[in-house]
Amino acid sequence: MFRYILRRLLQMVLAFFGTTLIVYALTFAGQGDPIQALAGERPVTPAQRAYLTEKYNLDQTGVGGFFYRYFDYVKDLLQGNLGESLTGRSIGDILQQAWPVTVRLALIALAVAIIFGVTAGVLAGIRRASIFDNSTLVLTLLVLGIPTIVLAPLAQYFLGVKWQLFPPTAGSDPTFYALLLPGIVLGSLSLATALRLTRASVAENLRADYVRTARSKGLVKRRIVIVHVLRNSLIPVVTFLGVELGNLMSGAIITEGVFNIPGVGFNLFRGIRTEDGPLVVGIVSVLVVVYLVSNLVVDVLYAVLDPRIRYE
Amino acid sequence: MRVRRLAAWTALPLAVTLGLAACGSGGDGGSGGSDSSVVSIQIAEPKHLVPTNTTETSGSQVLAGLFSPLVDYDAQNKPYEVAAQSITSSDNKVWTIKLKDGFTFHNGEKVTSEDYINAWNYGAYAPNGQDSNFFFEKIAGYADLQGKAPKAKEMSGLKKVDDLTFTATLSEPYIDFKTTLGYNAFYPMPDAAFSAPGVLKDSYEQAPIGQGPFKMKGAWQHDSKIDVERYDAYPGEKPKVKNIEFRIYQQLTAAYADVLADNLDVLPTIPTESLSTAPSDLGDRYRTSPMSSFQFLAFPTFDKDYSSPDVRKAISMAIDRDEITKSVFKGSQTSARSFVSPVLPGYRENTAGKAGEFNPTEAKKLYQAAGGPSKIVISYNGDGGHKDWVDATVNQLKANLGVDAVGSAEPKFADLLTKVEKKTPVGAFRMGWVMDYPTMEDYLGPLYSTNGSSNYYGYSNPEFDKLVKEGSAAKTQDEAIAKYQQAEDILAKDMPVIPLRFGENVFGHSSKVKNVEMDLFQRVNLVKIEAAS
Repeated sequence: MFRYILRRLLQMVLAFFGTTLIVYALTFAGQGDPIQALAGERPVTPAQRAYLTEKYNLDQTGVGGFFYRYFDYVKDLLQGNLGESLTGRSIGDILQQAWPVTVRLALIALAVAIIFGVTAGVLAGIRRASIFDNSTLVLTLLVLGIPTIVLAPLAQYFLGVKWQLFPPTAGSDPTFYALLLPGIVLGSLSLATALRLTRASVAENLRADYVRTARSKGLVKRRIVIVHVLRNSLIPVVTFLGVELGNLMSGAIITEGVFNIPGVGFNLFRGIRTEDGPLVVGIVSVLVVVYLVSNLVVDVLYAVLDPRIRYE
Repeated sequence: MRVRRLAAWTALPLAVTLGLAACGSGGDGGSGGSDSSVVSIQIAEPKHLVPTNTTETSGSQVLAGLFSPLVDYDAQNKPYEVAAQSITSSDNKVWTIKLKDGFTFHNGEKVTSEDYINAWNYGAYAPNGQDSNFFFEKIAGYADLQGKAPKAKEMSGLKKVDDLTFTATLSEPYIDFKTTLGYNAFYPMPDAAFSAPGVLKDSYEQAPIGQGPFKMKGAWQHDSKIDVERYDAYPGEKPKVKNIEFRIYQQLTAAYADVLADNLDVLPTIPTESLSTAPSDLGDRYRTSPMSSFQFLAFPTFDKDYSSPDVRKAISMAIDRDEITKSVFKGSQTSARSFVSPVLPGYRENTAGKAGEFNPTEAKKLYQAAGGPSKIVISYNGDGGHKDWVDATVNQLKANLGVDAVGSAEPKFADLLTKVEKKTPVGAFRMGWVMDYPTMEDYLGPLYSTNGSSNYYGYSNPEFDKLVKEGSAAKTQDEAIAKYQQAEDILAKDMPVIPLRFGENVFGHSSKVKNVEMDLFQRVNLVKIEAAS
């Protein structure tokens, strides 16, 4: 087990450097003129241009220039320095501020997905073809069909502005209550998927041999469902939710924008919009780590859920 | 079984660490419960908060609270003294600036003429990389501070006379110098801002010390907010509110939802998406006021397709500006038929003359006679909400000129400019301009003179250049304006660009505030705003 985890951690180091190299290359390959982008529609004075070019080594062009800047970046990264964004703020500081609020948002979304998605999925799986099953089917189809970019402003308008049940925006240091609406919006997509996955899996497992055995042993239905069926049905759901945690953190760009939450997605969006290469690479590098760790946790959880899975 | 338990023990700490990291921070103080005397104003995250490094609206809005300018502009947009006692010159070359007594910085330091000289020298010194560097170019000795290793650190044109007086000698006479001093690049900075002469402290920007009606309350909370409170020792007009929170939004739509819910007090720009519903959503809290922005269509005059003024005039006549401002902009912008903004002293209506009138039959005749291209392309930046009006314009050109016309989107304005600078054929392209100070020269110089900083279209007319130069060297304002107007008449003849629209501030506020006023620079007047009782 420990050897397995150690091996995975070593692989993670390789994966991390591979992905940062690719991300770094892509970001800077797609970049037009970051200095003009920084200035917006104003003309850039030669003095300002010379200053920024020198500060960010932008004069090193071509392949040589790329590796020069990449190694410069990695060298700083190994010393725990994520560099400076093009507006001169330390990316470490930006992330330190952005990260907590995004993690809180993602955890709320995940909790919403687990509590409602898994519970409703189990119920729908047990009572297949019932009214409950059919109505959740329609509802989840609806949610899956509406993109967040529509759902978020709608929820904000009706629940936040019109009926004033929730604050319309959350801000930088939000209360749990203020984050609830964005969390539900963000989690609704995962909720729908988790529900469908759980339902299918429960429905299938209910027909398995071991359930028939348990029934014929005379076990109560509740015990069969909660202890035997649910545990076996959770494997695909856990895989999904593990990967989803990473998605929720990086994919909150729209939700964070609509509800004005200055988290990771908010900063990533700004970085992309202003062609702030260092900021984009910094955020994506950290997201890579999140994905790698959450994948590891998922794999380890498999062994907890299914004793047949062993790691050596 | 053993493996399972082990796995559980391993998974648990990992999961807990992730979870704890989440809960670790965030719980310091409730920002939700806002004090009733705090007025909140929407801004975007400022790029910088150093006076000489701030050129965008959000930063300049915050600085307008923290600093008091030498001059401000009256209802006619003529300058009047605020922090200055008098600004005089006999020859428009050597300007004597006398400061009002009694101004102090928020840390208690008395404001002296040296604070101005130090701040301006800092801004002009090229290695400091300040955005507003070029604002100082008219001062004598500016050139010595440019380049990688400048010859000097101080402009020879700035001389201290006594604690409250200094002189600024320009390299050549410039009538509008006093007007330019209202720009935020000309604010003073206290001794406390510098760690050594000419070296700004890194921390200064996080909590700028100014001499204005408001002082910082705590530091700049990036991506979140900037709190300021009334500075009681301020000798000028006292603000009516005690606390202002500049709240940072990434998206205007989020801020708009907050204004509707009375969660935010002032939104200086209503998002385009909400323009059609805003008047009914906000009622009399939906407001408009004049602003200096100017949108126009530029032509690569070096491209032979567009080199004839008649072709450009014909295109101009084929565009129904009123229809576009009405249907696309819902009246939030007005049609432009002159080359400078209506907010300026010296503005005249309809200087483009016949070429500004919508006249499809005449346009078609002129276009064919001048041999205009059979296909017109209008390039624009796709990230600025320009698609709708470009499409409308293109359709009008198709219908009225009988030519093929298409809009072509570049991802960003920078991409568009790069292409134009390389003389890639992009066809006509959109441009915009917002003034830095209210003089005609601030439009004519950068936009249309041969070496203008934003003249990307290669327009050059020596006679025009000469008139602008004579205007800025004139003895009196009236004489200057007369010269500028003559210059503008040349533009009407040459039609280097097609004026399309003048902007307006379209803003909204909550029911908790009143007397919300906005200036020509898209800034909320922080002294006038009041809490509604």
